[in-house]
Amino acid sequence: MKQSSLKSPLARVKSLGSARSGTMHAWRLRLTAFALLPLTFAFVVIVVSLAGRDYDSARALLGSPGPAILLILFVGAGIWHMTLGMQAIIEDYVHVEHKKLMSLIANICFSTLIGVSIIYALLRLSFT
Amino acid sequence: MAEADPAPLPLEQRRPLSPHLLIYKLSPTMVVSGGHRVSGLFLYIGTLLLAWYLLAAAGGSHSFQTASAFFGSFFGQLVLFGYTFALMLHAVGGVRHAIWDAGKGFEPEERKKLAWGSLIAAAALTILIWVAHFILR
Repeated sequence: MKQSSLKSPLARVKSLGSARSGTMHAWRLRLTAFALLPLTFAFVVIVVSLAGRDYDSARALLGSPGPAILLILFVGAGIWHMTLGMQAIIEDYVHVEHKKLMSLIANICFSTLIGVSIIYALLRLSFT
Repeated sequence: MAEADPAPLPLEQRRPLSPHLLIYKLSPTMVVSGGHRVSGLFLYIGTLLLAWYLLAAAGGSHSFQTASAFFGSFFGQLVLFGYTFALMLHAVGGVRHAIWDAGKGFEPEERKKLAWGSLIAAAALTILIWVAHFILR
């Protein structure tokens, strides 16, 4: 590795230094945020029209292609966005190294579990 | 949440820190900034409700009735109302951040207007959604 500062490689790996992933984090947060603006509108319209429906008509709405595709996109972008957002919160407030790492892992596990569960439910509503 | 490091570096080796939050006089921009983070946190937890509702609908009519009864109850409606406001505040807050990302709106008066504007817009959108809900129901 070409050394571009006076900091030793040891100081760098011992955490005092940039991981060089900040720009990608900021970019993905904004990309998903922009996608979520119209998708949130679609989500609200779908949820408002779900209110008060009985089982059969709720299933009919959730299983039709338009709402299903929009909900999958909303959940995909939303889960990604919230994972990045929670990562920023953890990095801001949790400074003890092992707790920070466990929190970052828990964040990814929770988000993935919820995301996969929702998409599983949506696919099942569409295909059964 | 923030905790002291059990093995802190010597003072002269520590990274610089900003003054503590409580030093500052409360301003509208602080309120919406904190509101953006807190609403994001609520939306994060709120995904559990969406997952519950959709899994219940996918599960069958019995589980759907249970979830539906909760969301239709007074408490459920209260939670959904709060969720709506959190969603709108966070969405409007995103637009505010996009304006700042574009390099605009940094003058003191503009920042104040953006802060109050996002609170008012989020409240108005929340009310609009619930009025639409009660009319269409």
